[in-house]
Amino acid sequence: MGQRLIYLDNNATTPTDPRVVETMIPYFYENPGNAASRNHPAGWVAEGAVDTAREQIADLINVDPREIIFTSGATESDNLAIKGVFEMYARKGNHIITATTEHKAVLDACKKVEKKGGEVTYLEVDSEGLISLEALEAAITDKTILVSIMWANNETGVIQPMKEIGEICAKHGVLFMSDATQAVGKIPVDPKATGVHLMAFTSHKMYGPKGVGALFVNRKNPRVKVTSQMDGGGHERGMRSGTLNVPGIVGFGKAAAIAKEEMHEDAARLSKLRDKLQSGLMDILEESYVNGSEEHRMPHVTNISFKHVEGEGLMMTFNQNIALSSGSACTSASLEPSYVLVALGLGDDLAHSSLRFSLGRFTTEEDIDATIKQVSEGVNHMRELSPIWEMFKEGVDIDAIEWSEH
Amino acid sequence: MAYSEKLLDHFKNPRNVGTLDKNNSGVGTGLVGAPECGDVMRLQIQVDPETQKITDAKFKTFGCGSAIASSSLATEWLKGKSVDEALSIDNMAIVEELALPPVKIHCSVLAEDAIKGAIRDYQQKNGLEVTATVEAH
Repeated sequence: MGQRLIYLDNNATTPTDPRVVETMIPYFYENPGNAASRNHPAGWVAEGAVDTAREQIADLINVDPREIIFTSGATESDNLAIKGVFEMYARKGNHIITATTEHKAVLDACKKVEKKGGEVTYLEVDSEGLISLEALEAAITDKTILVSIMWANNETGVIQPMKEIGEICAKHGVLFMSDATQAVGKIPVDPKATGVHLMAFTSHKMYGPKGVGALFVNRKNPRVKVTSQMDGGGHERGMRSGTLNVPGIVGFGKAAAIAKEEMHEDAARLSKLRDKLQSGLMDILEESYVNGSEEHRMPHVTNISFKHVEGEGLMMTFNQNIALSSGSACTSASLEPSYVLVALGLGDDLAHSSLRFSLGRFTTEEDIDATIKQVSEGVNHMRELSPIWEMFKEGVDIDAIEWSEH
Repeated sequence: MAYSEKLLDHFKNPRNVGTLDKNNSGVGTGLVGAPECGDVMRLQIQVDPETQKITDAKFKTFGCGSAIASSSLATEWLKGKSVDEALSIDNMAIVEELALPPVKIHCSVLAEDAIKGAIRDYQQKNGLEVTATVEAH
């Protein structure tokens, strides 16, 4: 191929920053210790390295290092927070409030809670992808123990009104948990200033290694506790047993330190490139639409639907050169398009036709120029092939056609 | 997942893309699938009334790469066949030719349905006995 793959799927995972890789290497062979080995230097070195990383991560989100629980990733952190709160606060109530556009890690953990006697309210979102604060407040009952709302959406990049949600939770004395996987390390995230009591995030979305994540658990006012979901040696203050992934945690720490230094510069640069990409495509391609709020959105993400073009077929026109994601049904075994886009109220014509572009620290302007060219050519190719596009251009009402099911 | 060379070739260089005049009595049109399922195939045949042979075939497809390649291949196979021969085209032949993965078999089913739909439309239009039946899936 010879050509570098243009990587615009940073919401799926980010490349590990070479500076992060470098800090991890000594913790595989040279320093082999288990951070829980208290009786020899190898253990002390590992423990010291974990302490440093915990401080770096705590510093990035402005919390106490003792409030960071290491896990295997954001999915585990979401599970620990939701199931752990449900079990720990069973005497107080059994009701959890979340939103329909949450990540599956949150939705499926909530489904499990429902099977165990919990009640879950799934808030709907508006066409911008935002929840209604009035609906949230109205949903709170005396049985509500937790509100779980993601900081920024993985598919659209839409950022929820976190501070306002925090205020409502504080007013009603309800714990507020957030899946901040897509936000931490990319935009300023300060759970304490936002009224967030539990927060899940992960290393591999912020240029750290895969396989390590964290759950922030507020220690004071209120002192939050979760029932462990993994039992064993009592690691992580008893909330998550299991030998710590020392090299992974060291890398996570370094990634957090770099993010703190470079996040603002990255965000400013990426939002310009993102805007160039978005307007570049929309100027060339008629009937293209941005999905979700453009005002409340992560700086490096845009999700665009190209009417009457099927997303997976479209991706095949350029996926040898450009890596990105589609909300199309065909990328999964099911025939359902993205539930996040459907929740925004998108019809079938647009829900099947979406591409998610997520830029990252290593995205260049040349990448964006090449992407505009190749994606627009792909959309035009697919439209030339599309009978629905032809009918649309002829003014046929596509909704009025009786389609055969299969 | 990796696609076969043949599939990629039909996708990148689709054969017989286009539209025949659906009001022409020698043209049969099959329109199958649904936008909500992410696949819509329109396949058209031009039949010579003297010989009952398919002289031309065109398609347009909204869908994934496998759906586009399946319909492109179908039009290639249809040209020069008699209506009766065309009716014997089986979806599994498309699956084999393009090496469709299991999750994409429905694309070949859709192409077979589109062929039958086009033939049925041609037969109905011309008051012929309808021998093309599309099974429900």
